[in-house]
Amino acid sequence: MDKPTRSLPQPTPETQHFWEGTQAEQLLLQRCTDCAHTYFPPRPFCPSCSSRSVEVYAASGRATLASYVINQRPHPAFDGPYAIALVDLEEGPRMMTNIVECEQTPEALQLDMPLEVRFEQVSEDIKLPLFAPAGADK
Amino acid sequence: MTGVAVVGAAETTELGKIPHLSQQQLHADAALNAMADAGLTAKDIDGIATAGERPTDLAYYLGITPTWVDGTSVGGCSFMLHVRHAVAAIASGQCTTVLITHGESGRSGVGRGGFPRAPASLAGQFEMPFGPTGPPTMFTLPVLRYMKDYGMTHEQLAMVAVVQREWASMNPRASFQNEISVDDVLNSKMIAYPFHLLECCLVTDGGGALILTKADRAADFPQPPVHILGTGESVETPIVSQMEDLTSSRAFKVAGAFAMRDAGITHADVDHLMVYDAFAHLPIYGLEDLGFCKKGEAADFIWEQNTAPGGSLPMNTNGGGLSYMHSGMYGMYALQESVRQIRGTAPAQVVDANVSLCLGVGGMFGASGCIVFGKEPK
Ligand SMILES: [Zn+2]
Repeated sequence: MDKPTRSLPQPTPETQHFWEGTQAEQLLLQRCTDCAHTYFPPRPFCPSCSSRSVEVYAASGRATLASYVINQRPHPAFDGPYAIALVDLEEGPRMMTNIVECEQTPEALQLDMPLEVRFEQVSEDIKLPLFAPAGADK
Repeated sequence: MTGVAVVGAAETTELGKIPHLSQQQLHADAALNAMADAGLTAKDIDGIATAGERPTDLAYYLGITPTWVDGTSVGGCSFMLHVRHAVAAIASGQCTTVLITHGESGRSGVGRGGFPRAPASLAGQFEMPFGPTGPPTMFTLPVLRYMKDYGMTHEQLAMVAVVQREWASMNPRASFQNEISVDDVLNSKMIAYPFHLLECCLVTDGGGALILTKADRAADFPQPPVHILGTGESVETPIVSQMEDLTSSRAFKVAGAFAMRDAGITHADVDHLMVYDAFAHLPIYGLEDLGFCKKGEAADFIWEQNTAPGGSLPMNTNGGGLSYMHSGMYGMYALQESVRQIRGTAPAQVVDANVSLCLGVGGMFGASGCIVFGKEPK
């Protein structure tokens, strides 16, 4: 359980399935059944072709490190400097996250390194999708 | 050519630290200065646009009875969008004389609303839980990707701040005027790796205002008109994590290309350039997305002093958000510097500044507005 000081997401009807998914330790994406486009964040239509025919599916949880900063300013939920990261999911979409099970240094955080999803309980209702270097011990 | 010109322009009487004025009064101080500059009073103004405060509040406070109102608020470039919308409104006869105001108690926080992110918003759900603590940890996120893909070095990023300080050293109203070196930048405090303190914008108080009317009335005003040759605007995303390309701003490309086409100019026609610099990488993105540099070449272009005093493309000649001032919504100050350069009244005046292009950003690469100004209507 993380310290209770992270800003917590408040799911909406359009994003409820995503947060139920993380609670069940699944990273759910949406895909258009007309044009096959996979997208994130969640919404009940395809941002590429405007179709309302979309389906939810579980992502592999594999990603690569797209970019990041290491925040030097204190944040109550983190001990010392911490990386705010952007990861490219294997299925295409990019998302913001934190990198866990890894030193928070430029040397340890190499762009394009392979990552895999972890789920961290931050409140009774919410698990956040975080990422760890692929192959790191759970 | 749009047929509309800037006939009044001014900043607040003071810049920097102004704890004795509320944010609303910063708007009003700049507006009164701009009206004085144009030889007008509130009774002559029939259009009002603002961001940060509501146009209702400002119109009432200043005593304006408008026939046209614009409260477009897309972050720091909102004022570029106001200029664009005002051009259309004046051209279509919805009003004749538009006042655009900005005021922000960014440093002192007097009478200033906050910017909370609702936990149900996209930012609240998909960014804030991961610990961003404001623009220095969000606007900056794309740059490591740019550095890896295009080989930009930490030294090159630092040079952006060095060159802008060189411009600021010629500007008595700039917050920081002492010249700095690349080493000074790299030795300044780390804020959010890879960004050092001197690669992040200032936080100051201030304001600015513009008055626009039909260019064919411009002879009636005390100042030489600054013609609006072309305009562009766009938005991309409210959350930086969802930029289509981490090394390029779609909104910059759309707004910039539209404004240049609208103005009927080529890159060679631009004598002076302003690119909103909340952080040191923005001028690099701006130079490339506007097409002044090929992809991956803007850092070298700046390193080789092309945008510095005496260079081929003078950029951010007031010192920019990094050294001149940055209240939070800096776009107004970029516009003011373009107007000064075309009028020939800038502290660091560019010789023969006949065409000035001014590119703004809003949010974290979320929005953009672009205005092309000219000495001649063209
Ligand atoms: Zn589709």
